[in-house]
Amino acid sequence: MSISDHRRRRTKSSALQAVAGNGLLDRRALLGRGVVFAGAMSTGALGSLTGVAAEPPTDTPLAEAPWSQEPGATIEPYERPSRFEKNAVRTLNNPNGQPGAQGARTPHHLMNGAITPNGLHFVVSHGGAPDIDPDKHRLVIHGLVKRPLVFTLDALARYPMTTRVTFLECGGNGGPLFSPQPLQANLQALHGLASCAEWTGVKLSTLLEETGIDPKAKWFIAEGADAPHLARSVPLKKALDDAMIAFYQNGERLMPANGYPMRLLLPGYEGNMNVKYLRRIKLVEEPAMSFWEARTYAPILPNGKAYQFYLLQEVKSFITQPSPGLTLKGPGLYEISGIAYSGTGRIAKVMVSADGGRSWAEAALAEPVLSKAFTRFRMPWRWDGGAAILQSRAWDEAGNVQPTRAQFVAQRGELKSVPPVTVVLNHHFNAITSWAVDSTGEVKHAYA
Amino acid sequence: MLTRSGLVAAVWLAFGLAAGAASAEAPNLGKPIDAAEIAAWDISIQPDGTGLPPGGGKAADGARIYADKCAQCHGPDGKGGVAGVFTVPLVGGDPITDIAASMKRIANFWPYATTLFDYTRRAMPWQQPMTLANDEVYALTAYILAANKLIGENDTMNAQTLPKVRMPNRDGFIVRFPDAM
Repeated sequence: MSISDHRRRRTKSSALQAVAGNGLLDRRALLGRGVVFAGAMSTGALGSLTGVAAEPPTDTPLAEAPWSQEPGATIEPYERPSRFEKNAVRTLNNPNGQPGAQGARTPHHLMNGAITPNGLHFVVSHGGAPDIDPDKHRLVIHGLVKRPLVFTLDALARYPMTTRVTFLECGGNGGPLFSPQPLQANLQALHGLASCAEWTGVKLSTLLEETGIDPKAKWFIAEGADAPHLARSVPLKKALDDAMIAFYQNGERLMPANGYPMRLLLPGYEGNMNVKYLRRIKLVEEPAMSFWEARTYAPILPNGKAYQFYLLQEVKSFITQPSPGLTLKGPGLYEISGIAYSGTGRIAKVMVSADGGRSWAEAALAEPVLSKAFTRFRMPWRWDGGAAILQSRAWDEAGNVQPTRAQFVAQRGELKSVPPVTVVLNHHFNAITSWAVDSTGEVKHAYA
Repeated sequence: MLTRSGLVAAVWLAFGLAAGAASAEAPNLGKPIDAAEIAAWDISIQPDGTGLPPGGGKAADGARIYADKCAQCHGPDGKGGVAGVFTVPLVGGDPITDIAASMKRIANFWPYATTLFDYTRRAMPWQQPMTLANDEVYALTAYILAANKLIGENDTMNAQTLPKVRMPNRDGFIVRFPDAM
């Protein structure tokens, strides 16, 4: 594209209609005028993401590159990303595997779309990833059932399979936002304990039809074959709704840290309840009050009481681009993009603000919008080079609304002192996250 | 007249699952297994004591086991983890005055003493879970409860006594979404 062409496009794109304060443009620009917008993208956030110069290329006339003048690399049996994408990896809070939990956070700021690749899917591990021989793994279902049964993986593979896309989120995701001051960390550190994948397996209700259910059963205990024998109690209602036992993650077998060879999948429920390395399901009348439900995932409230069995991951969204660390390179047209999800169902709409919540405009949602799955939203934005505060706010189909941080803190409180960013001190934070853009284009975490 | 089996079937249907009909569509590859065959895996303990095994133990025995198998991570006398290990103290606990999870202790937060037996047996020691004998788990449970002054130094913890230990924060919890349960 010549410089004069580029200028013409900029001129043309300036006709995009403003729909809210501080430069938010009509989301239909993403559809009807997509060509215009795509042209402008090279000056936008995507350029700064990859480290590519955000300005039009100056290395013209074009010439052959070295990689175009020799045969490429031999193809590997299992491919890894380009060496130029070495930053798009998970961050670890306990890289030496010391006793205690290990967290691996998804780099949302370096990703796009709605599906998390398996190697980047978040992990919270309470005892490391066991090296399970799938031929020796067993799943037993017992307790208040008519016929206790034990299954091999081969046997389960013959049952009718179901495939669905669903997010998983650690109950502690967003925990740093309980800090009384905004922690200066990137999106990966703040909200990296959530991911979304396509899962394939057998519905738990199918297996319970075979075992039968004693009408006294109201809960089931799910237990893993990992070192802590992690166990959670789940309302039986969920087993009869959409609970499944997953064997495949994005088409391949589960990753070891995500539960190989099988995990419980409870769409929309707190990550820890989706028990990995599932080896036992026991139907019971009352919950077991395991360590993880009675203590760890029971968040303290301002009145000193604590929530128990929070179950749901509530409606939430955050902006992935721009976000801290992705500096804007000069005024112009950008795409604000992010992720919205709800443990209750589909995302109904996402509103975006560029002026700290004074005015809002509706973002475009990328199809398909699936129940209990990540939904990618996009919003065209003309940055004028001044201060801006970017926010997103999601609604789900049940009418649940993502709270503002002030509304959330009024209910759930905040910490008395600023915590280390990797230490999760409370759970189930789903309020609005704010990014402050200054006149240099730098993006910082803010409370607004 | 409704037979007993007819009544059972009606109850099952009312519960929402037709026990026979739908499973006819599935391969029925589950192998029947009895309680004795499951026993080694059936380790969950209910707050009412269901699942607690025979045996018992006292704090004095627990103190010796603790020094040998637990103190290296949890610190002497349960007072806290050693450097670099993410453990909170097993003993003590101020009244909860902040929403920070770091305030949670056994004595000021845990609602049921049975959870202590259950978790210790299934998950500890960190490097060798499920290697403690049941008497050792009872003794360690007694040691930690006694150090927190929740039971007496000479009280024996067993399947009868442990569920009766009243934890101070038993009523400190709220269910978030009762309709989901």
